[in-house]
Amino acid sequence: MEEASAQAHVHAPPEGFLRKYVFSLDHKVIGKQYYALALLAVSMGMALSWLMRFHLVWPTTRIPGLELLSKAGAPGGVITPEYYLSLLTMHGTLMVFFVLTNAPFAAFGNYFLPIQIGAEDMAFPRFNMVSFWTTLVAFLVLILAFAVPDGPPISGWTSYAPLSAVGKDAGPGMGWGMNLWGISIAIFCIGSLLGALNFIATTLDLRAKGMTLMRMPICTWAWFITSCIALLAFAVLLPACILLILDRTAGTSFFIPSGLVVSDRLQPHSGGSPLLWQHLFWFFGHPEVYIAILPSMGIVSHILINSMRKPLLSARVIIYSMMSIGFLSWMVWGHHMFVSGMNPFSSLLFSFPTLTITIPATIMTLIWLGSLYGANIRINAASLFALGFISMFVSGGVSGFFLAQPSIDIVLHATYFVVGHFHMVMGVASIFGVFAGTYFWFGKMTGRMMNETLGQLHFWLTFIGTYCIFMPFHYLGLVGNVRRYSAFVNDFTGPLMPLHKFITIAALGTGAAQLIFIFNLIYSRYKGAPAPENPWNGTTLEWSVPSPPPWNNFGGKHPVIYHDPYQYDVKGSKGDYIMQDSPESSAG
Amino acid sequence: MSSTIYESVRMPPTDLGDSKPSSARVTKVLYGAGEASRSGIWVGIFAITMSFAAFTSAIFVRQGSAADWTHIVLPPILYGNTLALLLSSATLQMARRAIAATPAAESRAIRNGLSWLTATLALGFVFIGGQYEAWRQLAAQGLYLATNPNSSFYYVLTAMHGLHVLAGIAALVFVMSRIAVSSTAFRKSTFEATATYWHFMGVLWLYLLLVLRTKL
Repeated sequence: MEEASAQAHVHAPPEGFLRKYVFSLDHKVIGKQYYALALLAVSMGMALSWLMRFHLVWPTTRIPGLELLSKAGAPGGVITPEYYLSLLTMHGTLMVFFVLTNAPFAAFGNYFLPIQIGAEDMAFPRFNMVSFWTTLVAFLVLILAFAVPDGPPISGWTSYAPLSAVGKDAGPGMGWGMNLWGISIAIFCIGSLLGALNFIATTLDLRAKGMTLMRMPICTWAWFITSCIALLAFAVLLPACILLILDRTAGTSFFIPSGLVVSDRLQPHSGGSPLLWQHLFWFFGHPEVYIAILPSMGIVSHILINSMRKPLLSARVIIYSMMSIGFLSWMVWGHHMFVSGMNPFSSLLFSFPTLTITIPATIMTLIWLGSLYGANIRINAASLFALGFISMFVSGGVSGFFLAQPSIDIVLHATYFVVGHFHMVMGVASIFGVFAGTYFWFGKMTGRMMNETLGQLHFWLTFIGTYCIFMPFHYLGLVGNVRRYSAFVNDFTGPLMPLHKFITIAALGTGAAQLIFIFNLIYSRYKGAPAPENPWNGTTLEWSVPSPPPWNNFGGKHPVIYHDPYQYDVKGSKGDYIMQDSPESSAG
Repeated sequence: MSSTIYESVRMPPTDLGDSKPSSARVTKVLYGAGEASRSGIWVGIFAITMSFAAFTSAIFVRQGSAADWTHIVLPPILYGNTLALLLSSATLQMARRAIAATPAAESRAIRNGLSWLTATLALGFVFIGGQYEAWRQLAAQGLYLATNPNSSFYYVLTAMHGLHVLAGIAALVFVMSRIAVSSTAFRKSTFEATATYWHFMGVLWLYLLLVLRTKL
């Protein structure tokens, strides 16, 4: 009966350029749109980091043409200390919101979650389109901050009150630039909330026949858990942004205390709590770290299993670990506030769950490494980036053990140690997951395979380059090099300058290596080898459809699921694997 | 619920009630979309609850951060508004009963349901108008958004709730425009989801009234 009624509802693919590529309701097009937005944002964010690194080691050298970006911020092409902070703010905001949230979660999740559970689209395709366009508006509003007279805000991506709340007196960019930041993030919250809602409803209700929850691939689980986290996190950031905007524009005093003098001017506010902003922000901010990293964990597990041609020691334990990370992520926000003036007893309370969260993270790492032991892994760009992810995650994660302890964090908090920690464990690791996913799924998404040689070259340059950039940060931090300063002249950091120069050169080089990736993307899109339906001999549903999939994914057929997602190394089967929708018995 | 996902009634595509496919529209077969709009609305309610929990915690922290917390007397009209909103939930329930009782689109039942829906809509507007009047009364006492922390939270919470009610009104208007030509699936998904949301608006308002009464 279902098959019959299904045929009755299949309609012609969308007609017209606008419906097909711009205001598309198709989750695959929306996924690609998110990917393109993330690519644009990451290019901008990386260019900003280049400017910052350059200025740090050659603070008086002119950067030709930079005065065009901001006359006041870079007079004669030399960045002012304030404008350095503007660049810092925009780098962080672009990367955390528009790259680390969009690429691994919204882009790949949108494209592959419905296919992997056997659905023809998301549960609410119109909401899905609205999510993307809302996110794009948020991006444009943020970028507009470059165009307003005194430039983007200087308050960092965390926008700590009260300086973020008092307006122009707090410095250049804290007038309209800061307003735009608040509005942009509020809009971003709305888009992300709609997206998360869609992911959850889709996963709960649109699974194909036989696709029980435990038969979902690990990356589907990761996107599902991430959307549960995102739903609650952005639901808290949105009220925080609203209160911040009101403090700035309507004269309220939520975050601004009495008697605050900024730029020799007594602020006309009273009684607010600056710590309230930090609590609300980090209640979102810490789960945001897991919004960035969990999808990459899922993608990496998915790719590793396929490359090893054997199941993980326990896929279930990976899923349970991701769940416990998601759960614990709500109890640790205070570890960002050890030096905020919060009650030291609270610090102790937040330290304990922070250390606890390392247990599921370690379990996952041990499962990956234990499964790799003795595995005859296929080496290609995708699996290399997956292995690189584990390396980055461990290297960046280990420093978390130290920072989780208030007494050590008090010394290290304002130094480059923290910068090294979060860039490796959250930034680079998550991006490695995105790279792995791109090399793995590009064929499915475009119908053409990416160039493998260029991919592996890209991996090695990026892998070595990121270690060269971020490992020295830990050392700089340990010897007391403070972060957020625009230049180090005539002080005790003098002997550290050669190391800073090394980092800057590594950053410029690693950034340039990304051009190989961009070239590979464009070249392979048009000239790559045609992608077969199942180039990696995968078992999950995305490999049961043509590359690229037709607009309704399964061509009107309705997959029925017979197996757990990763039936590799099955004795007695025709290949060494059994597809999820293959009726073939896995018993042999 | 797990058994119903695969075995029970499979809904035709119903996202946002688009059950009448035309060749110009993109329509895919979304099995389970009927269930999805129901779980979707609960997921949404969960997120809204979280937002208002954040506002509530902000009230507690702000209250403890300085000694400028003074009581404001709530305008009595709020209780009338509360009554209107609760009544609207009752009329919506009557509409649901009238329409759910008819398996096929039976015109008499639909007309009956539509008049209950109109009553619901009218009461919704009464609530919004009443909330606006409460703002005017507070302003007449010199209590504006930035006057003191209590009035700040009063305006923020009522405005946020009001926006959500307006979204509910938009959804009601959408349902009313489609209900006469709707399918069973539409009534079981979009209409049901709208009703759940509307009732939640009432529950949320009762909670906010409690918070505003005890803390402001």
